[in-house]
Amino acid sequence: MKPAREASLTSREGWRLLKDRLFALVMAVGGVSVIVAILLIFFYLFYVVVPLFGGAEVTPRTSFDTPPSAAAALGLDEYAETGFMLSPAGRLRFFKASDGATLEEKDLVPAAAGTVTAVAAGDPATHVLLAGTSAGEVLLAQVGWTIRFDEQQHRSIQPKLEFPFGEERLRATEPGDAVRLLAGQAGDEEATLVAVGASGRVVLLNATKTTNMLDDSVSVETSRTLLDVDGARVTHVVLDNQQRELFLAADDGTLSYFDVRDKSKPALVDRASVIGNAKRITALGMLSGGISLVVGDDAGQLSQWFPVRDPHNNAQLKRVRRFEPLPQAVARIAPEFQRKGFLAVDAGGDVGLYHATADRHLLTVPSGLEDITAMAFSPRATAAVLASSGGHVRLFDIDNPHPEVSFSALWEDVWYENRARPEFIWQSSSASNDFEPKFSLTPLTFGTLKAAIYSMIFAVPLAVLGAVYTAYFMTPSMRRIVKPSIELMAALPTVILGFLAGLWLAPLVERELLGVLLCIPLVPVMTIAASFFVSRTPMLKRLVPDGWEAAALVPVVVFAIWLNLALGRGLEELLFDGSLTHWMNAEYGIGYDQRNSLVVAIAIGFAVIPTIFSISEDAVFSVPRSLTMGSLALGATPWQTAIRVVLLTASPGIFSAIMIGMGRAVGETMIVLMATGNTPIMDVSLFQGLRALSANIAVEMPESEVGSSHYRVLFLAAMVLFLVTFVVNTLAELVRQRLRRKYASL
Amino acid sequence: MNANTRMPTWLADWFRSGSPGVYLTAGAVSFSLVMVFGLLFLITVRGMGHFWPAEVVRLSLNGGDTKYALGEVVDEETVSAQRLLDNGIKVPAGQLTVHRVLLKIGNRDLHGFDFQWFNDTEYDEVRRPRKAVVIEREEWGNYYGFVTGILERDQPVTYKTSPWPQLRKRIARAERLRKAIDEVQNEQMGAINYALERLRLDTRRLELDGITSGPPLEAIEAERGRLKAEYDELAKRLATLNERIARDVLTVETVNGEPGKIPFRDIVRAFRPNAMSLTDKLGHYAVKLGEFVSTEPREANTEGGVFPAIFGTVMMVLLMSVFVTPFGVIAAVYLREYAHQGLLTRVIRIAVNNLAGVPSVVYGVFGLGFFVYFLGASIDQAFFQAALPAPTFGTPGLLWSSLTLALLTVPVVIVSTEEGLSRIPRSIREGSLALGATKAETLWRTVLPMATPAMMTGLILAVARAAGEVAPLMMVGVVKLAPTLPLDGNLPFLHLDRKFMHLGFHIFDVGFQSPNVEAARPLVFATSLLLVIIIVALNLAAITIRNRLREKYNAAET
Repeated sequence: MKPAREASLTSREGWRLLKDRLFALVMAVGGVSVIVAILLIFFYLFYVVVPLFGGAEVTPRTSFDTPPSAAAALGLDEYAETGFMLSPAGRLRFFKASDGATLEEKDLVPAAAGTVTAVAAGDPATHVLLAGTSAGEVLLAQVGWTIRFDEQQHRSIQPKLEFPFGEERLRATEPGDAVRLLAGQAGDEEATLVAVGASGRVVLLNATKTTNMLDDSVSVETSRTLLDVDGARVTHVVLDNQQRELFLAADDGTLSYFDVRDKSKPALVDRASVIGNAKRITALGMLSGGISLVVGDDAGQLSQWFPVRDPHNNAQLKRVRRFEPLPQAVARIAPEFQRKGFLAVDAGGDVGLYHATADRHLLTVPSGLEDITAMAFSPRATAAVLASSGGHVRLFDIDNPHPEVSFSALWEDVWYENRARPEFIWQSSSASNDFEPKFSLTPLTFGTLKAAIYSMIFAVPLAVLGAVYTAYFMTPSMRRIVKPSIELMAALPTVILGFLAGLWLAPLVERELLGVLLCIPLVPVMTIAASFFVSRTPMLKRLVPDGWEAAALVPVVVFAIWLNLALGRGLEELLFDGSLTHWMNAEYGIGYDQRNSLVVAIAIGFAVIPTIFSISEDAVFSVPRSLTMGSLALGATPWQTAIRVVLLTASPGIFSAIMIGMGRAVGETMIVLMATGNTPIMDVSLFQGLRALSANIAVEMPESEVGSSHYRVLFLAAMVLFLVTFVVNTLAELVRQRLRRKYASL
Repeated sequence: MNANTRMPTWLADWFRSGSPGVYLTAGAVSFSLVMVFGLLFLITVRGMGHFWPAEVVRLSLNGGDTKYALGEVVDEETVSAQRLLDNGIKVPAGQLTVHRVLLKIGNRDLHGFDFQWFNDTEYDEVRRPRKAVVIEREEWGNYYGFVTGILERDQPVTYKTSPWPQLRKRIARAERLRKAIDEVQNEQMGAINYALERLRLDTRRLELDGITSGPPLEAIEAERGRLKAEYDELAKRLATLNERIARDVLTVETVNGEPGKIPFRDIVRAFRPNAMSLTDKLGHYAVKLGEFVSTEPREANTEGGVFPAIFGTVMMVLLMSVFVTPFGVIAAVYLREYAHQGLLTRVIRIAVNNLAGVPSVVYGVFGLGFFVYFLGASIDQAFFQAALPAPTFGTPGLLWSSLTLALLTVPVVIVSTEEGLSRIPRSIREGSLALGATKAETLWRTVLPMATPAMMTGLILAVARAAGEVAPLMMVGVVKLAPTLPLDGNLPFLHLDRKFMHLGFHIFDVGFQSPNVEAARPLVFATSLLLVIIIVALNLAAITIRNRLREKYNAAET
């Protein structure tokens, strides 16, 4: 039976060994996967953020030739499946984007009404087309698409042509004065057109539409006003989509800005030379939203302009920024429909893709065409179409997901539309469609640092001094209670601290501002004064044995706070007409926000005190006794030993405690969310609120659209927080480990 | 030294003794202690006070159209006249300070507000009418006034001297009926709706598989018909119940004699605080406290209980513990016992340690992006196609919240377990190995059992942290009002995809986003107190376990 037993033993042994191996494998796989999962956080954040800084890509899709009539205006539908082109002679042709096959063709103006001498397009998003005739009349047409989905979700796109202001032409210039240049916009009820006649007259034409309620018939009323300009010199005309501002470019490189809100009294507001050292303006375009102009000149330079109001409310045309120039004279500029991006093409056919707010030149690609006469984006800016004078048409697919983000847009001051100067602004969303997103992380970072620094000013002295006392002077029996009590503070949910700060402390501080401010210098002074009384009163001295001072001081501190608040109230009554906040505002213009940095500093300070206290206390406590004993033996007082020996030796540990506390203050979310007004302002005032990165993420993240620039910028903010705290904590940890080794050797 | 010669010796002695410095540092400790205990005291007093039936006072106003004001004194203060003027409040000329009281006057349906300040110049006499009644209502907050009679089907009910016996009886009846209605409406009808929704999904699933007719669809149709019939039956019962509960109406009048009617179905509770004895008040207190922890919130969370929030918090934390414990322990065992103790392990250990210091909101962002939008959306595509485009797991919910918090707290468990493992004396391991046990056996039979208290400590600390975190949850699954609990009687009982309520978020939401912050504030204090008690208790447990553990091993080492 012996061999059998041996065999069973070895098989049992084998099973045990197998189990051992299996156990090790499970542990290794499990352990590594947990660690990988944790590290995944960083990589995932990175993965989401990276596309922000990826550039754009432009790939040619199709190219085809059309009958040899050049296009003067172009457009694409939402899916870039069909398009339209308008010839300079007024012939509109719908085509299939895949091969250029004609879908429909039509002359806008019947031959009997004269020849078409000028065509133009309104705001690209409206697809409004204009045609001016040799007879001095204009016609307003609008292109649209009917998109249908069948049951299998296949879409069919049907182009259509409408005449929102009637098929009748409107009189623009005098009869016989052929229209040379044309611009205009049409809204639901009102259309405004500007026509430059061959005679040099510039006419502002306003049409208002009334729809008859009964039979839906449309009646149009028009008014005409002559503009006081020499039309013969005008090279480009641009009207904003709100029909309020008119810009005329002249052949000497000047731009005239007219206020046409009152259509009967157009007023010249400003005239400026906009081309610097170039000779003339060769292209003029308006960005979406109808505020900014992009000027292109014969030297290939591109610049953005808009009217800026000075303190006296006078508007002046200002150059906001210059873009990277194109190699040759700029030929055409085409804006995106919703974002502040645009395409510019030069005489040599090189196309540049830009974004205005982010001051970004995304790329330049050769279009393969020369002498481009028309260019347009598709509504979603996913495609663009270009046409040359030779009748060649090319379509490009554009992949440009995040043009509005750049280093300068995130961190530098940016001159936003309708602002008087470059500023740091965070404003990520708005109700309107063509809104300019303002993604400056600077005010948010400023808010985060402001909250962290003020709270550290409050917390560090309390925590470090407290730690020195607890570790060095306090009797062990008291220390056993005090240390866990203060550490318990760390466990308090910050949402409770935030709630108390916002709803209890903030009104209290507002009411007792002077008292609270007095507490800062006077409470420490009063504790020192208490020491004096104790040292001069033997009876008290007997009552307060060494190591129990902190317990004895509790009533003193409570009394001191009460006294200061009472004193503050009295002084406010006496000196500041009963309200310091009111007085500050009246005398010095210092605004007071109820949920301000002072409140936040106290609340976050409260949250980080235990962290700093606990780590510094450990550092002080682990200072080798030999050092302190030596110091005391040499005749130093306990206080001298504490300051010169203990504190000095423990200083790296205390430093690391402060770093970790700082890391916590930077990432604190609920307190800043609840105890500040969350306005992203950059103001160092203690009495103003702030908006921190963390609170901003918590507020905006749930509403942000997945994959949008906003979403990714919020991820970037989270990554910044992650990296800052991670690096700070790692440094602190390394310092602590070094310190521990040093003590071990002592 | 120059300074010494000028300074009186006693002062110099005092300075040289270092006593001011010692006292300054001691003052820092005292100040911190005052802050901690002051805060706990504040929350306790405000939180506990909420349930006490405060007395109702009647102020005789000395001007204007209204004669009296009736309500609970909530606050009183002395403020400078200037401050009131700044806020646009009229103050008699020549007065520097004003003493004023804040009265909760209730009757929001009449006034549009519940709170009003009265300067002490505005009223003369303060009385506490014994008959003044406080009626807690389902809607519009409290009613303060006097009972004038009871109507049953619009006919006055006769009673001898006091309407209260009748009143109590009828309130109890309405309460019973309300429960029955609730049962029918929320539980039975809710279950049918849930079943109907599942049938809809089944149909859709079949449709996706290309089945549009045949026996499975007929079965579903039959089932649907049966459910609809059942639903109609319940609707009838509900109508009867509604009719029955509408039978009684209480007639009341305000302190100024304005008559009013309150249907009994809207009365949660009616009491006369001024006529209550101490025992009555204690009883009332206990009932209110019970209501707070066991019932659902009313009136946009500003009244009633926080039961769903407690339940949600507990569910989330339990689920998180299920995830965090095994993984945290495995990672710690791997790092301490199996991994090669080189530079890489050291770096990983520091990294894990520091992850505990990464802001929680970052975990929330990760949870939303990775779990909800990436994992959740993939799960929906794979398993819940029938429900699309409505997301099942591709939206914030309980599962993602617990996973996010598990990730947030796993460093705590790892660190604590590792510490426990490192404290186990070498002699024990060596003893086990010397007796021929394999490494796995040594770990499983001796080391891990001895480290259990450390794991417990880690878990408790993790739970304490998770229970108080709000910022990440705001992104991955918490809502202000969840219509259903994540655990109910409908299959599969535990609904991981549901959104839930949470005590911490409740505090944020009610305190900051509720339309009636002033009225809700006492409730927020009470909720805070509850959360603080839970968290402090958990932490104390962890500390106790840790201390026991240390003593045990100190004994083992010697």
